[in-house]
Amino acid sequence: MNTSLRAGPDARGLFGSFGGQYVAETLMPLIHDLAAEYEKAKDDPAFIEELAYFQRDYVGRPSPLYFAERLTEQCGGAKIYFKREELNHTGAHKINNCIGQILLAKRMGKKRIIAETGAGMHGVATATVAARFGMECVVYMGTTDIDRQQANVFRMKLLGATVIPVTAGTGTLKDAMNEALRDWVTNVETTFYLIGTVAGPHPYPAMVRDFQAVIGKETRAQLHEKEGRLPDSLVACIGGGSNAMGLFHPFLDDQSVQIIGVEAAGYGIETGKHAASLNGGIPGVLHGNRTFLLQDDDGQIIDAHSISAGLDYPGIGPEHAWLHDIGRVQYTSITDHEALEAFHTCCRLEGIIPALESSHALAEAFKRAPTLPKDHLMVINLSGRGDKDMQTVMHHMQQTAEKH
Amino acid sequence: MSRLQQRFSALKQANRAALVTFVTGGDPDYATSLAILKGLPEAGADVIELGMPFTDPMADGPAIQLANIRALNNKQTLAKTLQMVREFREGNTDTPLVLMGYFNPIHHYGVDKFISEAKAAGVDGLIVVDLPPEHNDDLCAPAQAAGIDFIRLTTPTTDDKRLPTVLNGSSGFVYYVSVAGVTGAGAATLEHVEEAHARLRRHTDLPVCIGFGIRTPEHAAQIAKRAEGVVVGSALVDQIANAESPTQAIDGVLGLCQQLAEGVRNARL
Repeated sequence: MNTSLRAGPDARGLFGSFGGQYVAETLMPLIHDLAAEYEKAKDDPAFIEELAYFQRDYVGRPSPLYFAERLTEQCGGAKIYFKREELNHTGAHKINNCIGQILLAKRMGKKRIIAETGAGMHGVATATVAARFGMECVVYMGTTDIDRQQANVFRMKLLGATVIPVTAGTGTLKDAMNEALRDWVTNVETTFYLIGTVAGPHPYPAMVRDFQAVIGKETRAQLHEKEGRLPDSLVACIGGGSNAMGLFHPFLDDQSVQIIGVEAAGYGIETGKHAASLNGGIPGVLHGNRTFLLQDDDGQIIDAHSISAGLDYPGIGPEHAWLHDIGRVQYTSITDHEALEAFHTCCRLEGIIPALESSHALAEAFKRAPTLPKDHLMVINLSGRGDKDMQTVMHHMQQTAEKH
Repeated sequence: MSRLQQRFSALKQANRAALVTFVTGGDPDYATSLAILKGLPEAGADVIELGMPFTDPMADGPAIQLANIRALNNKQTLAKTLQMVREFREGNTDTPLVLMGYFNPIHHYGVDKFISEAKAAGVDGLIVVDLPPEHNDDLCAPAQAAGIDFIRLTTPTTDDKRLPTVLNGSSGFVYYVSVAGVTGAGAATLEHVEEAHARLRRHTDLPVCIGFGIRTPEHAAQIAKRAEGVVVGSALVDQIANAESPTQAIDGVLGLCQQLAEGVRNARL
């Protein structure tokens, strides 16, 4: 028996009792094809080489591991490093996965790419790779998210993608994913569904994780070069959980490394207005996988809330659900307010404008760092940059000013 | 013999197809929905599919999405849908009734509790869209052990290689989704339907009911020439959406059901 925590999922796509392939029959043959094709591709030297080429020359990898000196001083405890995923082409970790999946789509002879997006970062990254590989691109985006992420909507259009507004539900990521699944079921022969996070039916959670694991692999090598050892803790924000899984996965078997995932607590878990599936949800089945979900007494899905559109999802990747279940990763939560404070602190002290998503990880790290010894090495995944969030942050600063 | 077996074997004797009707439980509200349900057998429905509302009906088109929203806005729950079946069975013991929906509300309700209550209420079968045979253990196996049929969807993408996997563990009837798409989407050609029916026949003895995009008595009649059943959903649900009062909703659904039944009953004459 393989006791490695990195061995999952099993042949049925399960991590413990989480994951699986809970989709309509129309999609099943395609999902099996995709899984088989991915198994072949991931061991194919030509595929590996092409992926490495695009990661280096197009995405700009490796991303730096940066010693955040002034934040470290301010916190007065742990030595804080940032994994600079916000420096990637298109401004977030999302492109790591998109490059991988578009190369797979090309291998499978697909010409049409669809995607769902919340904050728009995955939509932009998908539109980017679709442009680069000359494929048609359709992005589903909730109307609430379109309103708060207009710059990204414009970017997707510039890149030649069609952005389809989704009015169902609260017009956020969950509704966009439903609509993308409906498109897929309708255009199953021609279309590749480029899922943006470590969720959905198998093989997506494992495949997206593998493409994102470059984050953790680089971190391991870079920290070894700088400090000669493993980190003591890792901190990353979690919506669906792809940036976190990418950082965490290569370290899961290193028991000395404390791993912390940060969910979005919105207005506070106790208010019910949050996006913390693990801290405020229970197991259920949605969007192709069994995982922790925000749901009511009748098993109806509850809309998530977070200031950050990228975390605004009522579920979480199944591998996180399992890691939570077995206790390997500790999952905490940070409110909108705490995330905004951390956002400002990072801007002023490090000259880096982080995404509101990543600001959740920063806020958690700022709580922990002061209590830790100076030789504690902490890595925060700076998963995206905050340019897209200017409108939201301005709006909140105005509201705060009016209150005072 | 189960109610579904009895019904399909009687229809075979009579040399006609079944009219299978779909409405969402609690759409637009409990009382109206129950009145529709009670009226369907007399209006010519041979098999009834009753939708269990869900917030995220990923395989449904706009008509049934809206039906789900109407029902949920009027506080329909899985417990109330089971209650509707009980009330329906007080006046009808021979029309097969199949619950159709998504897995999460059942998962949340508790699979064992759901199965025993559904059986006691008089549910004959289940169609759960997001439970492919890969997840037979989750619900299909325990439901069948309790005597509830598990009806699978087969689609244009279910090829000969996969069909045995899908049909293995199917019971009651086989639901052929004639177009790759969501409910209510464009209809398949007659040629495609005939070919698909013949293909399924080679793999199974179960009755084959064909659905998706069938809206008119004429269209239903065409399908009913070959298939053992014709499923109509979105067109009936649209009658509820377009109604200005509960009475209009009831009359609209039952009126269309009568027309569809006439089409199906005369198809092979």
